[in-house]
Amino acid sequence: MAEIRAEMVANVWKVVAAEGTAVQDGDTLVILESMKMEIPVLAESAGTITKLAVGEGDVIQEGDLIAVIE
Amino acid sequence: MPAVPESVLVANRGEIARRIGRTARRLGIRVIAVHSDADAGLPFVTEADEAIEIGPASPALSYLNGDAILAAAATTGAQAIHPGYGFLAENPAFARQVLDAGLTWIGPSPEAIEAMGDKISARNLMREAGLPVAEGSEQAVLDADTAVRHAERIGYPVMIKAAAGGGGIGMSIAGDEAALRAGFETARSRAERFFGSHAILIERFIARARHVEVQIVGLADGRVIALGERDCSVQRRHQKLAEETPSPGVSAPLRERMLGAAVRAGEAVGYRGAGTVECLVDAETEDFVFLEMNTRLQVEHPVTEMVTGIDLVEQQLRIADGADASFDPDRVRSVGHALELRVYAEDPVRFLPSPGVIGQWHEPAGTGVRVDAGYTAGNTVSPHYDPLLAKLVVHGMTRQEALERASKAIADFVISGPKTNLPFHAELLASHAFASGIYDTAVVGGMRPAAGGHRG
Repeated sequence: MAEIRAEMVANVWKVVAAEGTAVQDGDTLVILESMKMEIPVLAESAGTITKLAVGEGDVIQEGDLIAVIE
Repeated sequence: MPAVPESVLVANRGEIARRIGRTARRLGIRVIAVHSDADAGLPFVTEADEAIEIGPASPALSYLNGDAILAAAATTGAQAIHPGYGFLAENPAFARQVLDAGLTWIGPSPEAIEAMGDKISARNLMREAGLPVAEGSEQAVLDADTAVRHAERIGYPVMIKAAAGGGGIGMSIAGDEAALRAGFETARSRAERFFGSHAILIERFIARARHVEVQIVGLADGRVIALGERDCSVQRRHQKLAEETPSPGVSAPLRERMLGAAVRAGEAVGYRGAGTVECLVDAETEDFVFLEMNTRLQVEHPVTEMVTGIDLVEQQLRIADGADASFDPDRVRSVGHALELRVYAEDPVRFLPSPGVIGQWHEPAGTGVRVDAGYTAGNTVSPHYDPLLAKLVVHGMTRQEALERASKAIADFVISGPKTNLPFHAELLASHAFASGIYDTAVVGGMRPAAGGHRG
């Protein structure tokens, strides 16, 4: 199981992946926006997204859970 | 007629609002700041003669809210509005509103802003004025099939750009049809989101290019002069990190051609005030092409000020009021070498944003060292705005002296809290590519090949 957490304060601009779907290593899960920059958050292993903890428009803090891949 | 307005409202934030305020105060002009609720404690607000809160942190509700800014101008009796850069600086509709309200707009005419605002029309206009342009689409490209047809005519790789864009947003390079189709869709959606227009420009990509721009000033008497060039090739994600003047990659004959072309560009649109003509220089052939014109004060204007001794904000204020420049346009001399390093709130390895509360803040000082800062100890760097904390600007009689002073200044600059790219700048100055002066827009990519996406 891999937990994907935020590395910075950001707004969730786009949720690209969906809960329950399969992803490959390097697939884009969500796109964050901070300081006028778009930052794609990528899967770091292949598996199934068992939890997607954020929605578009959410403000997340450093360390917040974004997704769980199993 | 007085040489400058009595009061000026600065419709911007951070380092540039503070820098404009500094010159205005020196000239005896009353300074009015407008700010979002998030910025209430920043130096540009606390140092102003008057400050008006115009909305919440989100730029759309504050710094892009023209009605709130005009209302603040009316309340405070401001005579003029200086837009800085970004936000409303290149918005011709806002410039017109300012003029219609009977205020002085510190910038070129709305018509000049409009003519240069769209990259495609600007390109065509500049070609008519005799400037070289890269081979590309002469009309807005609205679908991927048309983009592919253009690329096949021009030859891959091509550059994909938002016609109404800026700041590198939506910009990418495509080496083949698949990359072009993917890049086109990304560019189109970002252009729509950030600029409200999905028009795309396809241009030939120049592999080993330097990004060199010319500072121009349109005087009150209608003459346009050029104040030298700035090399802005040190970029990450198509955004500038460091700039210097003179450019180590521009020979005297090339400089003469570029400055002449920039003057013609300004004359073609009846330019008044400070503006910048951006070009790409092919490092191998010494050819250059027009990229775009920025119809406002440029972020990196201080390097030009350091070598010429001319305060560009002062000239903007005087020219907008119909007065002569403070210097003799026929006797401009450039002395020594200047370098600007943009200090960003971002980690120095992957360049990811790092907002937060600033603990310590200690600026370097000394001969030839200037710091234009937007923040100080105790301020909060918000995720709503760009990551520019400060500009470290250094002058020396030679490039070598400027680089040595810059290295020392970096070591003396203390910022705690948000991560900053100061360690990156130290590495840049120590790198062989930068120290040699023989570098191009790929220099940061060479130092940080992996700095791209953000892995979980």
